[in-house]
Amino acid sequence: MTKQLTAWMQAAPMALVLLAFLVAPIIMIVIVSFWGATEYSIYPAFQFDNYDFLFGSPVTYRVFFNTLKYAAITWLLTLLIGFTVAYFLAFEVRSLKWQIALFLLCTIPFWTSNIIRMISWIPFLGRNGLANSTLISWGVIDEPLEWLLFSDFSVVLAFVHLYTLFMVVPIFNSMMRIDRSLIEAARDGGASGWQVLRHVIVPLCKPGIMIGTIFVTTLVMGDFITVRFMSGSQRANVGRLISNDINLLQYPSASATAVVLLATVLIVIGLLLRVVDIRKEL
Amino acid sequence: MTIKADLELVALTKRYGGTVAVDRIAHHFKPNVYACLLGPSGCGKSSTLRMIAGHEDISDGSILLSGRDVSHLPPAKRGTAMMFQSYALFPHLSVRDNVAFSLRMAGIDKPARDRRADEMLELVEMTALADRKPAQLSGGQQQRVALARALITRPQVLLLDEPLSALDPFLRIRMRAELKRLQRELGISFIHVTHGQDEALALADEIIVMNNAVIEQAGPARDVFNKPKTAFVARFMGGHNVLQLPNGHISLRSDQMQITDIGAGKIDGRVTGVEYQGTHVSLTAEVAGGQEVTALMPDAAFLETPKDLGEVIGLSWEDRAVHPVSA
Repeated sequence: MTKQLTAWMQAAPMALVLLAFLVAPIIMIVIVSFWGATEYSIYPAFQFDNYDFLFGSPVTYRVFFNTLKYAAITWLLTLLIGFTVAYFLAFEVRSLKWQIALFLLCTIPFWTSNIIRMISWIPFLGRNGLANSTLISWGVIDEPLEWLLFSDFSVVLAFVHLYTLFMVVPIFNSMMRIDRSLIEAARDGGASGWQVLRHVIVPLCKPGIMIGTIFVTTLVMGDFITVRFMSGSQRANVGRLISNDINLLQYPSASATAVVLLATVLIVIGLLLRVVDIRKEL
Repeated sequence: MTIKADLELVALTKRYGGTVAVDRIAHHFKPNVYACLLGPSGCGKSSTLRMIAGHEDISDGSILLSGRDVSHLPPAKRGTAMMFQSYALFPHLSVRDNVAFSLRMAGIDKPARDRRADEMLELVEMTALADRKPAQLSGGQQQRVALARALITRPQVLLLDEPLSALDPFLRIRMRAELKRLQRELGISFIHVTHGQDEALALADEIIVMNNAVIEQAGPARDVFNKPKTAFVARFMGGHNVLQLPNGHISLRSDQMQITDIGAGKIDGRVTGVEYQGTHVSLTAEVAGGQEVTALMPDAAFLETPKDLGEVIGLSWEDRAVHPVSA
């Protein structure tokens, strides 16, 4: 009895924090999503107006599709880059000292804020930016490329830049756990470099890939600021939909969108977890 | 399949930076031999094995298998196969897929490779567990799978890196009998790295004792045990006393020591330890010059004339038991 009490007491602080700052806000959002709103007021109610409007509008579907598109493209690119970087760190760099040094090097960009890193692309990609003027001086192009900035390209570029490390870290962690004698055993069995990668390393990195995937998809799907800055407010995703509603003090509508987004993200993660069991990695 | 494959090491050398792990060793392994590379940790035995396997670049010298220079071939092209110390089974593959791995790499279709894998599993008596994952197997079972995986490539030489060290003592004895049986049945050479002299004596046709990057002594198990060339070999093989006498070092098997009354033997000593070992009693005495001598006597003989700690005894031996060794 006392033992059980102690256990409860030990779990209580964290449970209270989660309850107060995670569970309660979500419940609040769900409740508010059923409230009603006029141009100048919001009032408690239990009605489906917000959801009706949301699901009735073609904009919603377009914006959700756009959000999923950003998530998918960013996922693919961060996976390719992240896997390559992690592979280099884990298998090509032999000494632990260099591994740690290079790993820390990867984290240096995180010493500045997301927004600064994002904005610093603007002078680089702009019409008269570094990229365009360099390409023109090389004679590759005659006039500035318009699609470099304030486009899907710049949005995805910023996402990849911001979130690749979230892919690198878990994959690197998975790779470091691979017993090196497994690779020797594969070589002993006649596996070529690609076969080792395909039949030994990738399968054993699956949990890391999955954790990285969850990080990247949730971050991209929940983002609104990157899309706003990097698209020059010309592209939309669900995060921007919510942020616009909030700016207009349309809290019930914002809540409804947030609930649908949360459900979407949870469904995506649920599907991912069906593919790979990450519990053994944690 | 009876390829008479002999393996020859010629001035084989491994350097790591400034340190020499294996120093110009030369040895000829006869075909169908069960050879044990024996030595303390860091003596270069594992590096030697890994060079033979092709998992370690050789710094100098060469390796010849059936007269063919394999020094710079990739591991799978050498005609050797390796069984790793921790077995190195692929955790994401079933037992059958582990065994069939090399066939899969070679592009053999699934029915054919599964059939071959099942044959190998039968050889090591693991057919019943073919669909399990390695994590669901005991240490001994994992080892059988690792054996089957190594043997499926039909190697001429099987290289075993401390294969029994991860097993409990009981299983170790059973598995070593099985290794010996397999080696005889398959008619190929096994080269087995170990630091356990009892393991080497039990298994090996030929023992190669290594120390400090060189071969101290190589030969049939009985010769290495009975006629150690150096004090190191005598001490490492165990069961020997190495005595420093005015005219050089000698080794004496401790079971050939006799206990006598004070002054009646060749040397006197004070008993410093009595250890009951079941069939025998091991008596340790300190003799002149602070040297320790162990006498192994049958328990019945000891009980007739029990000795106590601190008691002074005489020690004797027959002249033909004396074996001069170099320091």
